[in-house]
Amino acid sequence: MTRLYILLAVLLTILLLVPLFLETYVLGIFVMIFFYAYLGQSWNILTGYTGHISLGHALYVGVGAYTSTYLAQNYGLSPWIGMLVGGVFAVMIALFLGYLGFRFGLRGVYFVILTIAFAEITRLIVSHVEALGSFSGIFLDFNPSFWNFQFRGNVPYYYIALGFMVFSIIVVRILEISRAGRFMVAIREDEDAAQALGVNAFKYNMIAIALSAFMTSLAGTFYANYIFYLHPDTLFGMALSIELILRPIIGGLGTILGPVLGSFILTPLSEISRAYFTKGGFEGLHLILYGIIAVLVVLFMPKGVIYYVKKWLNPILRLDEKNQGYIEKGKEAEAES
Amino acid sequence: MSILNVTNLNKRFGGLTAISKLSFELGEGEILGLIGPNGAGKTTVFNCLSGFHTPDTGEMIFSGKSLLGMQPYQVCQAGLARTFQIVKPFLTISVLDNVMVGAMIRETSIKKAREASMEIIQWAGLGPMAHKEAEGLPLPLRKRLEMARALATRPKLLLLDEVMAGLNPTEVSEIIELIREVNQKGVSILLIEHVMQGVMALSERVLVINYGSRIAEGTPVEVVKNEKVIEAYLGKEFLNAQS
Repeated sequence: MTRLYILLAVLLTILLLVPLFLETYVLGIFVMIFFYAYLGQSWNILTGYTGHISLGHALYVGVGAYTSTYLAQNYGLSPWIGMLVGGVFAVMIALFLGYLGFRFGLRGVYFVILTIAFAEITRLIVSHVEALGSFSGIFLDFNPSFWNFQFRGNVPYYYIALGFMVFSIIVVRILEISRAGRFMVAIREDEDAAQALGVNAFKYNMIAIALSAFMTSLAGTFYANYIFYLHPDTLFGMALSIELILRPIIGGLGTILGPVLGSFILTPLSEISRAYFTKGGFEGLHLILYGIIAVLVVLFMPKGVIYYVKKWLNPILRLDEKNQGYIEKGKEAEAES
Repeated sequence: MSILNVTNLNKRFGGLTAISKLSFELGEGEILGLIGPNGAGKTTVFNCLSGFHTPDTGEMIFSGKSLLGMQPYQVCQAGLARTFQIVKPFLTISVLDNVMVGAMIRETSIKKAREASMEIIQWAGLGPMAHKEAEGLPLPLRKRLEMARALATRPKLLLLDEVMAGLNPTEVSEIIELIREVNQKGVSILLIEHVMQGVMALSERVLVINYGSRIAEGTPVEVVKNEKVIEAYLGKEFLNAQS
């Protein structure tokens, strides 16, 4: 395990130094890598760890983006604070959705439909509210300053996005080794069995969906101040909901580094192929590429790419080291008795 | 002193009466066998006790408190743990992590929960598999895991739903030993079992139900001689042929 932390520290240092050497376009790709890794990680808390499939996570991105932007444009509130307000809204919506889903025992497909319905309803509402720009969306003015969450060039965005990603990794790691995280995994594996062992499934489901929604919505504010244009179809639509779950699925569901690895694989591919295909007049072809990759991964690496990377790196990183210690301890105890 | 007191329990699923006017008592530290033919309502009794089903009428008192209206997790926290007939291990996590889920109900420190779980795992004979994923365990070991996990919640009363089904005679006698040890530590046990070897060896008293109602109660030896019990298992014609 120690070696894994060393490797991660080295990678992080490299990522911290990279902006010194790269041009803006490449930095932009990195920003998207971090952005989608963060989104995937946030979604992973609800779906990967707790086992409830959400296909409407774009909802929270949209809520975050629209809330902070609306507050900034109308009340001059800094997006840094608006981001937290958006987070609170997202949590409230998520708790309502979660209450309906978890209290009334909506499972599997029915829960998925519920999440899609919530996202679609919100998309339609926002599309018809004049104050939120209705169908034509909202353009953001460019007033670069730290307080406004707006910057010249990609370097500041790069570091913020990187910070987001690292933050999500830390949150999920803390969750994973905590009591709550272990209960969530138990719920994912078998909710009845978890209940029978004294786990208040409803409570931990609600914690999972609230945390997931809160973190997802923060990314919305980042998106708004990076892209400068909000449109209900892109921010609440199915396309984003699907986009943000592909990376954790390909990287490895319910793992910390899965969504990150997935994003490093998929995002550059998507950005480069999109640029390349569009030049050749094949807009949308990159989506077909996505589909093919997703099918291949599901067929040949159902546990996600990270599982194979771990196996492959195990001799170097000694990921089992800690467990090994316990096994030996167990053996010693047996020998003594 | 009885730890569990069930009176006049009724449960219907639509037109089907699963339990009807069932009353029984379980003394502190006792092992009570609950037997009956397939579909007699044994598992429904467990589901009612453990909060997965709500009985239509009746009362269930567990160490002075009513179990009515409790959620499954509250029942477990109150000290009544159960296993499932169709075992439900958390497949993708290790045996240790499986047991730890139960242990963490009583123990907020992860470290202590891990130590307590390890002890139970060693005791259940799962030591060498502690760090393997539960997915790799064969059925006999899954049954043990199911028990170990329930025990990790430190129950006062343990409901065991067919923990011996599908095991060979050697494995059955090993499980019998384990259950006996649990009982000697002061845990009362309600046992659903089809494996008569187990029921006979363990139960001080046996309750036989059919169509959701009690048809006999007594020591194992008394019960197997009871005409109603023989009729329920083998049919009237068998009785007629015998006489």
